[in-house]
Amino acid sequence: MSVLVFIETTNGTIKKSGLEAMYFGNLIAAQKNTSCHAVLFGNADKANILGKYGAKSVFYIDYSKGFDTGIYTEGVLSAAATVGADIIIIAHTFNGKSFAGSVAARWNAGIVTSVNALPNFDNGITVTKSVFSGKAVATYRINTTKAVLTLAGNSIQIQESGSEVTPQKLDWTPSEPKVKVLERKTSEGLVPLPEAELVVSAGRGMKGPENWGIVEELAKALQATTACSRPVADTGWRPHHEHVGQTGVAIKPNLYIAIGISGAIQHLAGVNNSKTIVVINKDPEAPFFKAADYGVVGDLFEVVPKLTEAVKKFKSSQ
Amino acid sequence: MNILVCISKTPDTTSKISFKSENKEYNPDGISFIMNPYDEWYALVRAIELVEQNGGNVTTITVGDASNDMIIRKGLAIGANDAIRIDINPKEPFEAAFQIAEASKQKPYDLILLGKETIDYNGSILGSILAELLHLPFISFATKLELSGKTFTVTREIEGGEEICQVEGPCVISAAKGMAEQRIPNMKGIMTSKSKPLNVMAPVAYQNKVEVLTFTLPGEKKGVKMLSPDQMDELVALLHEEAKVI
Ligand SMILES: Cc1cc2nc3c(=O)[nH]c(=O)nc-3n(C[C@H](O)[C@H](O)[C@H](O)COP(=O)(O)OP(=O)(O)OC[C@H]3O[C@@H](n4cnc5c(N)ncnc54)[C@H](O)[C@@H]3O)c2cc1C
Repeated sequence: MSVLVFIETTNGTIKKSGLEAMYFGNLIAAQKNTSCHAVLFGNADKANILGKYGAKSVFYIDYSKGFDTGIYTEGVLSAAATVGADIIIIAHTFNGKSFAGSVAARWNAGIVTSVNALPNFDNGITVTKSVFSGKAVATYRINTTKAVLTLAGNSIQIQESGSEVTPQKLDWTPSEPKVKVLERKTSEGLVPLPEAELVVSAGRGMKGPENWGIVEELAKALQATTACSRPVADTGWRPHHEHVGQTGVAIKPNLYIAIGISGAIQHLAGVNNSKTIVVINKDPEAPFFKAADYGVVGDLFEVVPKLTEAVKKFKSSQ
Repeated sequence: MNILVCISKTPDTTSKISFKSENKEYNPDGISFIMNPYDEWYALVRAIELVEQNGGNVTTITVGDASNDMIIRKGLAIGANDAIRIDINPKEPFEAAFQIAEASKQKPYDLILLGKETIDYNGSILGSILAELLHLPFISFATKLELSGKTFTVTREIEGGEEICQVEGPCVISAAKGMAEQRIPNMKGIMTSKSKPLNVMAPVAYQNKVEVLTFTLPGEKKGVKMLSPDQMDELVALLHEEAKVI
């Protein structure tokens, strides 16, 4: 009986979602009076810090051929057997949700994805998640003794609670992957949208791609990631990966600033789990104001530069 | 080539959500249901295109009761050749994947396609469970899918970018936006869909691993605080002191 956390890395760097999963696993282990362990693929040079978020031991798998559901499933289950885990935690990232189901199937375990709070162990394992585009919360009970949970991003506040540990190599050799990764293209430097804590998003109210400078300025001042509404991505004003909403990325940042976005239900579906929403729109009747915490009625071409100035002033006074 | 496409129905996003049986069950009364957009616009259409180019057959498969027949007929009208429905309302994605795996063991497919997730529960795990139960490779979030010989070349979404990968069929692939363009069924499609085969199969016994205990509606938002364009310093102060997000 223990908890195993899968940690995703990019070029050896541990993502924030990974630290959240680690800390979440640590809290579950504390609830169950057991220990928590971590497993990762590839370079473990930066993995010592996992100890600070509760890992008692950290295992790495010597493998760098890219993501394959089969290999990742086998590797994680090999680590689970090594540490005697009965709960596996995986962050709800693109790759995480791509193999969590296989892990559950091979382990014959119940699985709930995108869990947003700590489980309760009073009667089986009960967990909650947001469903129907954020319009309801479902409470599930897992009836198997083994369970796989994926953790929605930004669901818990991480805290350091232990000391570093030295990673050890897992005694398991991966076979040849069935899926060959030929190429990987990511926009360097930026925090990817699903992990961003602060997001500045803009819609058709911007009138054209040439006007995005003011949005980028604001994002830069806040050190936020940029996003957009669907028509903006569809017409090629902004790259496709910035598209949030029901048919795009669903996000849950601490702060979502919506600029010139009307707040259609399909857009809200991807953003209404944000902690704080600021809406800037010239139309006081824009539906987005109903979902907002703070609203500014005004011309975005006037409001956004003013907000950027105010942010810069605040940052320099800190 | 024979392609199996998993399709399911979901409530339209704009529909109002309510629950019944002491909040244990979703209330479908008065809700308009649609085919899950990722299944319809991308997975199904790409399957039809591949068969148009290479010959073969597109079968759709749905786990659910007869209330699904409407979306199944729509799939046939868009261009699927035949359809399977397994007559049980699944309580969890694992159960749906299990039933599809059992049904597809009877007739092997060269490719199984499905949407990346449904827009109601957004579980996004059916594909990987299915692939594991069938011992097939799996690629998720595919925005592009090309076939040459038996090799599929796939572009898939990852955080802040994309990845290009290759896999030999048979395999399971989940579809995201970009894989194909939505097709509206034409009159001929709608007419012929009525005579295409829809095979209803009995489910295989399955022990549920997960169940929904209750649904709750989130509390109302506190209400929006309005500021004028001249109060941007105040807005920043509120974000710092009240919301504590910057
Ligand atoms: C099945 C389906 C799925 C969909 N999925 C998504 C999705 O995932 N994501 C998504 O975003 N949309 C989605 N949509 C589209 C959605 O319904 C809306 O059409 C879309 O979100 C509108 O984008 P917008 O707010 O940028 O544009 P608009 O609705 O045109 O809104 C522009 C807003 O800008 C304001 N504005 C204009 N000029 C100014 C100015 N100078 N200053 C301040 N404000 C200004 C206007 O008042 C208006 O409110 C989907 C639709 C369907 C049918």
